[in-house]
Amino acid sequence: MGSKFLGVSAIALAMALSAGVASARDQIRIVGSSTVYPFTTAVAEQLGKTGGVKTPVVESTGTGGGMKMFCDGVGVNFPDATNASRRMKIGEFETCQKNGVKDIVELMIGYDGLTLSHSKKSAPTKLTRAQIFLALAKNVPGPDGKLVPNPYKSWNQIDPSLPNKPIEILGPPPTSGTRDSLHELIMEPGAEQIPALKALKASDRKAFDAAWKTIREDGAYVEAGENDNVIVQKLEANPNAYGVFGFSFLEENAAKIQGVTVDGVVPEMDTISTLKYGPSREMFVYVKKAHVGVVPGLDKFAQEYVSDRAAAEGGYLEKKGLVPVPKAKLAEAKANVGALKVMTGEGLPK
Amino acid sequence: MTDTSMAPPETGIRTFDYGSDEAQARVKRRYKTEARFKLYGLLAVLFAGAFVFVLLADIVRKGMPAFFEHRVVLTLDLDASLIDPTGRREIDVLRNADYNKIVMDAWRANFPEVTQRAERRRLEALVSSGAADDLRAAVIRDPALIGQKVRFPVLLSDDADLHFKGLSTRISAVAGAGALDVKVNGREVELNGSGQPFAAILADVKAGLMQDAERVGAELARLPASQQGGNNAALDARRIELTQKVAELRRRAGDAGSAETIDFSAMPSRIIRAEGAAIRLQEIGPGSAKGFLLVAPQREIARLESWTVATFATPESNRKASDADISWLETLNARGAIEKAFATRFFSSGDSREPELAGIRGALIGSALTLLVTLIVCLPLGVGAAVYLEEFAPKNRFTDILEVNINNLAAVPSIVFGLLGLAMFLNFFGLPRSAPLVGGLVLALLVLPTIIIASRAALKAVPPSIKEAALGVGASHQQAIFHHVLPLAMPGIMTGTIIGMAHALGETAPLLMIGMVAFIVDIPQAITDPGTVLPVQIYLWSDLPEVAFQAKTAGAILVLLGFLFVMNGAAILLRRRFERRW
Repeated sequence: MGSKFLGVSAIALAMALSAGVASARDQIRIVGSSTVYPFTTAVAEQLGKTGGVKTPVVESTGTGGGMKMFCDGVGVNFPDATNASRRMKIGEFETCQKNGVKDIVELMIGYDGLTLSHSKKSAPTKLTRAQIFLALAKNVPGPDGKLVPNPYKSWNQIDPSLPNKPIEILGPPPTSGTRDSLHELIMEPGAEQIPALKALKASDRKAFDAAWKTIREDGAYVEAGENDNVIVQKLEANPNAYGVFGFSFLEENAAKIQGVTVDGVVPEMDTISTLKYGPSREMFVYVKKAHVGVVPGLDKFAQEYVSDRAAAEGGYLEKKGLVPVPKAKLAEAKANVGALKVMTGEGLPK
Repeated sequence: MTDTSMAPPETGIRTFDYGSDEAQARVKRRYKTEARFKLYGLLAVLFAGAFVFVLLADIVRKGMPAFFEHRVVLTLDLDASLIDPTGRREIDVLRNADYNKIVMDAWRANFPEVTQRAERRRLEALVSSGAADDLRAAVIRDPALIGQKVRFPVLLSDDADLHFKGLSTRISAVAGAGALDVKVNGREVELNGSGQPFAAILADVKAGLMQDAERVGAELARLPASQQGGNNAALDARRIELTQKVAELRRRAGDAGSAETIDFSAMPSRIIRAEGAAIRLQEIGPGSAKGFLLVAPQREIARLESWTVATFATPESNRKASDADISWLETLNARGAIEKAFATRFFSSGDSREPELAGIRGALIGSALTLLVTLIVCLPLGVGAAVYLEEFAPKNRFTDILEVNINNLAAVPSIVFGLLGLAMFLNFFGLPRSAPLVGGLVLALLVLPTIIIASRAALKAVPPSIKEAALGVGASHQQAIFHHVLPLAMPGIMTGTIIGMAHALGETAPLLMIGMVAFIVDIPQAITDPGTVLPVQIYLWSDLPEVAFQAKTAGAILVLLGFLFVMNGAAILLRRRFERRW
């Protein structure tokens, strides 16, 4: 009986293996950020419904993981596009070049605002990024300007006008792209608002960077995992707590949570797309030019992403929570996609 | 025949007096300990049971809405010139017709007063984008429909669906007092009545203001005191702001006769309903009110004898469905056009970014294909290894090391198998990403140790006499094993295999590396098509911002639990049927 099984399964496996060896691919494959995933999947589905090609497969791997796979090489075994909740870094661009991924088309697809949100049951809060920095950093400047371990336990210790509530902030773990944004959009600018740290930046850049890159570990900041819905549920249960997540979650859950006014600006569609709201960021999709024409529909995918019905104001991506790009920029993006303009690597962040 | 009163015989043997008080106390204590232990056990079971019950009840409560959908039954005009202008019924022509226009024309016809662009978009957003796909499928299935007017159930969007599932706002309706004179100017409405018809509503609004005042007052009381010599500018400004706010709210709440303007971002909305119309009140005085016509009446109205006022408890800006959305939906509901039905599409369609269209079928088929590959690979390998190690392998250092390693392998974190799968199956063998084939192979590695261990235990449990008898009548070693021991061990092996499979069914971590954590719309047809599995689908849905996906998540968990119950049920059944006792 066992031997029969063995034979049958060996044949089945052999057949499967021979069928599985990759030949040309007829389906677009996309990897990358979990923040951009909800938008790219919407575009993918639309393309599958109307574009006459198979619905692209979209993986949620995180921005960094996606970049790595994307830059590994050109060919059917490598993804055609990657989502990123930040711009490609110069190091990643160089890796891409080295591995033969020479021609990359960059699409700026819209904005996402990083919000600090809390339950509707509590009174609205106004904070500056410096105050958020003081609540979150592991080391903060003491009375003499030297860095000391964060002594603040409640908000009114940071500033007397703030409520007498314990500091409780739920946010993303270090693996998340949202955590990168927390550092870059809130912690670093927040640190620069504090005179003692500004002086430190001039004198000792390394110590300054360490200050905004290190989040306290004494329980005031809770790593709540990648699942933003869980954070929303916890905020509902605890009116004292604040949560860090993208604007789309704030919008979808407007019945339960409200956004904190940061540096005097309320997180809204308008304030984010004009970048008036400080902690807002641009989101990108990178497409391999070498795969256009090889993998069917890849050019259509890029066109769909910047089309009016998707990316313009009132388009379906706005309904999914993306803050759309202004008209002029969208026109530019469309021209770039039409001509498949290739990135030069100039002006990329480190 | 015993006589307890008889004196113990004097033989030097130790005797026990079971009747003494001490002995009886001892017995009693023993019984007590046992009773206590039983109670602990029972409590532990009840405690665990309560947890399971709460968990299941929560999931069922959250998941049930996913199995139902709401539709609006519309009369669609399937105009032949629109669908099939050539009249030849060619499939390509039928497929590319503009079904969305047909659905939207019929939908908008319900509310002809909606003409403004933004308002029209809101109205259109209440119908799912999948409605046109449904109609397309129906027409292609039965082209005889073309040219007819048919009553067709049109799927509502997720927000509209959530409203009917009671997840937008609480609505309370009370009958209005007294007749109203109505003056309509475009969409603006003026309502006047003798005898203060709005007094009750106004009092309600004022009560709400009083509550607001108390809330702000409490916030003011929580502000810390100013510090001597400190920088108190921000604090003082906030204190003055809040004090003024409280005074203003108190004044408005106390003045019973003054009119109030409704702030839709903070106050409940109040809608007057009469004659099929819905009027949202914007300014309320005791005897008159101004409002906006959300839904036009069926005939012109100048005077309302009877009317009701509906209060939407959640302020408009705190919910996805606007006052207009809810009024449109409720109007249709009152006309009997809304139907609730079992959502067969949850089981018949693949993933989607539209919550009302997303289904579990892709993940279900993906799970089945993946487990099939796992079973085909690991059952023969696992049983073969177990038979060899148990019956044929020499007992030496090498097999000892082998055995220890198999046991260790069972405890390796599952993500490691994913990394192995990535390196071996994808990079070395070049198998396709996201395919159930690779997923199945990776999971086979994961459950192989479990199956080997379970199979060896099952083989060991077969009495040696069976094998010895077979050897005794001249069977070879192999014949003895394959003809006698293995068939008797099979129920145990099957049980172990199914438990291993159930383990594999719940895994997501190893699948992340090989690309099965992905948005895949097309339902996999073969083991090399891209596919995903049930637990991954649950994970992906749970992470999406739309509220309606929460019900889908719980629904998918129920499906996964159902799948598990079936598998474990099969394990029990197999054991019951084939188990042999000696």
